Amino acid sequence: MKISKEEVEHVAVLARLRFSKTEIERFVDQLNNILGYMDQLGKLETSAVDPTFHAVAQKNVFREDAVRPSLDVDLTLSNGPDPDRSFFRVPKIIE
Amino acid sequence: MDLFQMTAHHLGELLRRKEVTSKEITLSVFERIQKVENRIHSFITLLPEQALKQAEEADARIQKGDAEPLTGIPVVLKDLICTRGIRTTCGSHILENFVPTYDATVTTRLKQAGVVFVGKANMDEFAMGSSTENSYFGPTRNPWDLDRIPGGSSGGSAAAVAADECILSLGSDTGGSIRQPAACCGIVGLKPTYGRVSRYGLVAFASSLDQIGPFAKDIQDVALMLNAISGYEPRDSTSVDLPVPDYSKSLTNDVRGMILGVPREAFGEGIASEVEATVREAIRTLEKLGAKMVDISLPHSEYAVAVYYIIAPAEASSNLARYDGVKYGFRSGGTQDLLDMYMETRSQGFGSEVKRRIMLGTYALSAGYYDAYYRKASQVRTLIGKDFARAFTQCDAIILPTAPTPAFKLGEKVDDPLQMYLSDIYTIPCNLAGLPGLSLPCGFDKSGLPIGLQVLGNHFQEEKILRVAYTYEQNTDHHLRKPNL
Repeated sequence: MKISKEEVEHVAVLARLRFSKTEIERFVDQLNNILGYMDQLGKLETSAVDPTFHAVAQKNVFREDAVRPSLDVDLTLSNGPDPDRSFFRVPKIIE
Repeated sequence: MDLFQMTAHHLGELLRRKEVTSKEITLSVFERIQKVENRIHSFITLLPEQALKQAEEADARIQKGDAEPLTGIPVVLKDLICTRGIRTTCGSHILENFVPTYDATVTTRLKQAGVVFVGKANMDEFAMGSSTENSYFGPTRNPWDLDRIPGGSSGGSAAAVAADECILSLGSDTGGSIRQPAACCGIVGLKPTYGRVSRYGLVAFASSLDQIGPFAKDIQDVALMLNAISGYEPRDSTSVDLPVPDYSKSLTNDVRGMILGVPREAFGEGIASEVEATVREAIRTLEKLGAKMVDISLPHSEYAVAVYYIIAPAEASSNLARYDGVKYGFRSGGTQDLLDMYMETRSQGFGSEVKRRIMLGTYALSAGYYDAYYRKASQVRTLIGKDFARAFTQCDAIILPTAPTPAFKLGEKVDDPLQMYLSDIYTIPCNLAGLPGLSLPCGFDKSGLPIGLQVLGNHFQEEKILRVAYTYEQNTDHHLRKPNL
């Protein structure tokens, strides 16, 4: 499969990344090189194979829904680029 | 021998016999750092004041007689392991000023064990890389040859141990990031079974593959560190609730009766002839020591790099969505609206390899391509796991090279991502199958660069691989050689 310039631009928007024109062109080459290598997987017949999402099989892990102490609010806000009282301020979202 | 050169088990004996203090050891380590760090660059953050305080506390504890095996031992943490109140950068601009508000489980456990934290080690940004050249803070250099890479992504943790800038360190291994730098730097590195060590407080890269593990100067020290960090912890629901044995007890200098599998695919194209010859010699040594060798096949291992570079970037693209400039980390200023702020923050905050992997992962998960890439890779992952399951019905452990070549030169592979990815060809299958794997030194090439021998075990059979590695180490002297610095 080949990835086009338009697809790279679309994926960049999905990934919330912005690139210059030259960067996009470099990505088209590099991603095609890498994806070309991935194409070898097509040689394998896998229609009857279950996918593995966890290598060490596990069941769901449950715990009591009990109230426990959580991180201190002021401490948590201390890493925020723009904290205000108990909020994280961000640029405007709606007009 | 200087204190900074010694192993933790040796220093532990001296401490308990009151022949040395943790303060003396710590000062010796910081003197060493002062002497070599400007050439190696193992660290992003050094903690001299805190370390001396911890050393004094350790000495008080030893005086009282309630010391644990690692009490008073200088340790380095890879800079993606959260440390409360100490910045944890992940080698990235986007987390340059991030100060965790809590400790990772391994940090808490090591604090309880009474270790001395020397500093936070350099790494490829978000653990993505095989050379530590992708760090926002500049590359780390290989103590054996300053023009060469220390391996990656845990290159700082490995170089710090190899250059005697600490006694022990922790790294993380997603596709070889502990074993490959251990091989490049001529030391021991262990990736435990997935779930053996809690990942709580480890900055996530690819959650189904990531695992924390130790770097050390010998196998006994690896066992001591594994004892200290292993075990179930409810805040990581993928950590496994199985009893933790005393790994030191598995160190019997005896491999008689053990069956070791040698995968015929492990000596394929791309392997340096000196690596092949050295690893084959190590196999003969283990055979002479009484292990029985069997020829095994891992037929799907040739697909492992392709599988890994779909699954790991896919998981990374999801995990790294949290870096949006809102709650912590870098935020780009002067932006118009929220979407603009996200785009600018992420584009300026991430380095090029991280962006490449986010792009690759986002593509592999996007509508229309999910089945062709992510699902397909996850199915082939099953086949790779089955290869190992079949192999472990025939043998106790598997031995193979850690990396196809010794450490390469800085800059050699930076412009060719696919070539860089292929340096992980022998380490990746183990992560995909969730197995434990260890690398230990087994010789040097003619220019004096270390070569690593890899030992893989079945799930939760760290004891078997430690036994093989310990027996090999006790009957050879490669681990005693030190770089000239």
